[in-house]
Amino acid sequence: MLVLLGILVVVAGFALRLNPMLVVTVAGLVTGFLGGMSLKEVLDAFGTGFAGSRSVSIFLLVLPVIGLVERNGLQEQARRLVSRMSRLTTGGILAGYFVVRQATAAIGLMSIGGHAQTVRPLVAPMAEAAAVRRFGELPEAVSQRIRAFAASTDNVGAFFGEDIFVAVGAVLLITSFVDTTYGYTLAPLQVALWAIPSAVVALLIHGARSLHTDRALARAIAKTRATEVAR
Amino acid sequence: MIQVEWFYWLMGLFFVAVGVLVARDRTNPRRTTSGAFWALVGLCFPYSSFVVTGAAPAWVLGLGLVVIAAIAGTGRLARSGSAAAAGAAGDVDGLEADRGGEGAGRATAPLRAAGTAVLASREALAARFGNRLFVPVLIIPVVTALCATVGKDVSVGGQPLLQSGSETVIGLAAAGIIAIPVGMWLFRQRTPALALTEGRRLTEDLGWALVLPQLLSVLGLVFATAGVGKAIGDTVSAVLPDGVLLPAVVLYCLGMAVFTVIMGNAFAAFPVLTAAIGYPVLVQAMGGNPPAVFAIGMLSGYCGTLCTPMAANFNVVPVALLELKSNYAVIKAQIPTAVPLLVANVVLMYVLAF
Repeated sequence: MLVLLGILVVVAGFALRLNPMLVVTVAGLVTGFLGGMSLKEVLDAFGTGFAGSRSVSIFLLVLPVIGLVERNGLQEQARRLVSRMSRLTTGGILAGYFVVRQATAAIGLMSIGGHAQTVRPLVAPMAEAAAVRRFGELPEAVSQRIRAFAASTDNVGAFFGEDIFVAVGAVLLITSFVDTTYGYTLAPLQVALWAIPSAVVALLIHGARSLHTDRALARAIAKTRATEVAR
Repeated sequence: MIQVEWFYWLMGLFFVAVGVLVARDRTNPRRTTSGAFWALVGLCFPYSSFVVTGAAPAWVLGLGLVVIAAIAGTGRLARSGSAAAAGAAGDVDGLEADRGGEGAGRATAPLRAAGTAVLASREALAARFGNRLFVPVLIIPVVTALCATVGKDVSVGGQPLLQSGSETVIGLAAAGIIAIPVGMWLFRQRTPALALTEGRRLTEDLGWALVLPQLLSVLGLVFATAGVGKAIGDTVSAVLPDGVLLPAVVLYCLGMAVFTVIMGNAFAAFPVLTAAIGYPVLVQAMGGNPPAVFAIGMLSGYCGTLCTPMAANFNVVPVALLELKSNYAVIKAQIPTAVPLLVANVVLMYVLAF
C-alpha cells in the first residue's frame, strides 16, 4: 500500500506546478524505494524504460524539414490558401481534419498525422487564417484557443480511430493480455469491432464541438470587442 | 535491411550537435548546463541500443536520466537567445544569402531585420513558391503510409527491407529525412544548414518537453515493478459492492480513466483494472461479453489520456509546438469531449456487453 505514496508525489508536484521532469523523477525514485527496490534496481528500471520508449521521440526527425519549409513561407501560404477559399470556416477546417484523422487512424495510418507533422504546419495556421478572414485581427486568447482545439482534434481523432484497426498496439495488448492471463483465444477483429460504437460517439461529440467553434469564436470575439469599447 | 536503430543513432548525433552548438552559444544564459543537457540526451540514444541487446548495464543510462532530469528540474536548461530571436523574427537574411549564390554556406547571417519586415519577406516567399510549399510537408504522410502498408512486404535478397515491427517508425523518420533534399531543391537552398538551424531552434523551443514522454514511460515501468498496479487493484476490489452490475461497470470505466490520468497511459491501467474488476466481476460473475468489456474498458482509459499532463507526447508537446501560453490549454480543450465520452462508454458497456 505504501507504494501509492509515489502517486501522491506526482499529484502534489503537478498541483504545486513544480517542473514535471523533477516531479516524475522523484516520484519514480520514491516509488521504487517504497516498493523495496535497491538503488541499482531503480536505475536499471529507469534505463530500460528509456531504451524501450525511444520510438515516441522519433517525430524529432521531421522538425528540420518543417522548420525549413516554414522559413520559406509555409504558414503564410496555408493562410493565403484559406483566404482564397471563402467558404472554409475555422469549424469546417477543424471538423474536416478531425474526420480525416480518425478515418486514417482507423485503417492503421497512425503516423501520417500528428502535432509536429500536420497540426503545427497546416491545421493550426489554416484554422486561424479562416478566423482572421471572418473576424479580422484576432485577440490573442482567441488564437490560442483555436490552436489548442486544433491539437485536440488530432488527439481525439487518433485515439478513437486507432482501436478499430486490428493490428494496433492497444488491440494486440488486450488480446495478448487476456489470452495469456485468462486462457481465451480472442480474435483481434472481435475487439476492434467493439471499439466502433465508442468511435462513433467520439465522432459525434468532437465533430459537433468542432463545428460549433465558429459560433463560440463569434461570441468570444464580440465579448472582447465589447469590453474594449467599454474601456 | 534498414534498422530502426540507425535512426535512433541519427537522433543521438543531432542532439549531441545541438548540445555542442548550445554550449558555444554566448546568447544562452546557461550555456554550460544547457549544452550538457542536450549532449547527455544525445548520448542516451546510442547507449540505449546496447541496453536493448543486453550488452551494456541499464543503470548507467538510468543515472544519466536522473542527471538530465536534475538539470531541467532545477531550471538549469535555458533557450539560446539567438534561437529565440530567430524564432520570433525569422533569419531571412541568411536564407537569401544561401539562395543567392555568393553567400552559399552562410546560412546563419546575423539577425538584422525587424519582425514585421521579415514577416513581409516570408509573405513574399509564400507568393513566390505558392503551393509548392506543401510538397515537402505532404511527403511525410505519404512516405510514412507507404512504409507502413506496402513497405512491410518489400524484401531484398530474402530479407525484409524494413526491420519488421518498426515499419511505421522507420517510415516517419525516413520521410523527415527524404523531405529535406526535396525542400532544398524546391526552394533553391544550396546547403542543408537552414534545415539544421531550424531543427535546432524547434528542438530548443520544445526543451524538456521533448524528453518528458520517455521519462513518463520510465515512471510507468517503475510503478509496475514496484507493485503500484496491484495496490490500486486491491483497493478497487475492496470498495466494490457485490452483485450489482451498474456500479461495477462504472467503477471499471471510471477506474480505467482515473488510473490513466495518474499513469499517463491506458496500457498501464488496463491489466491492473482488468485483473481487479474487468475479468473477475464483469466477465466471470456477471457474464459480460469479453471482447466488448475489454475494448470499451480500454477506450474509457483513453478518455483519461485526454485529461492528463502525464500523457506528455499528446498534451504537453503540442503546447510547446504551438507556442501556447498555458500548459493546460490542450487538456482544457479536450475535457468537454472526454467527460461525456466517458459517460457514453459506461452506457455502451452496460447496454452492449450484457
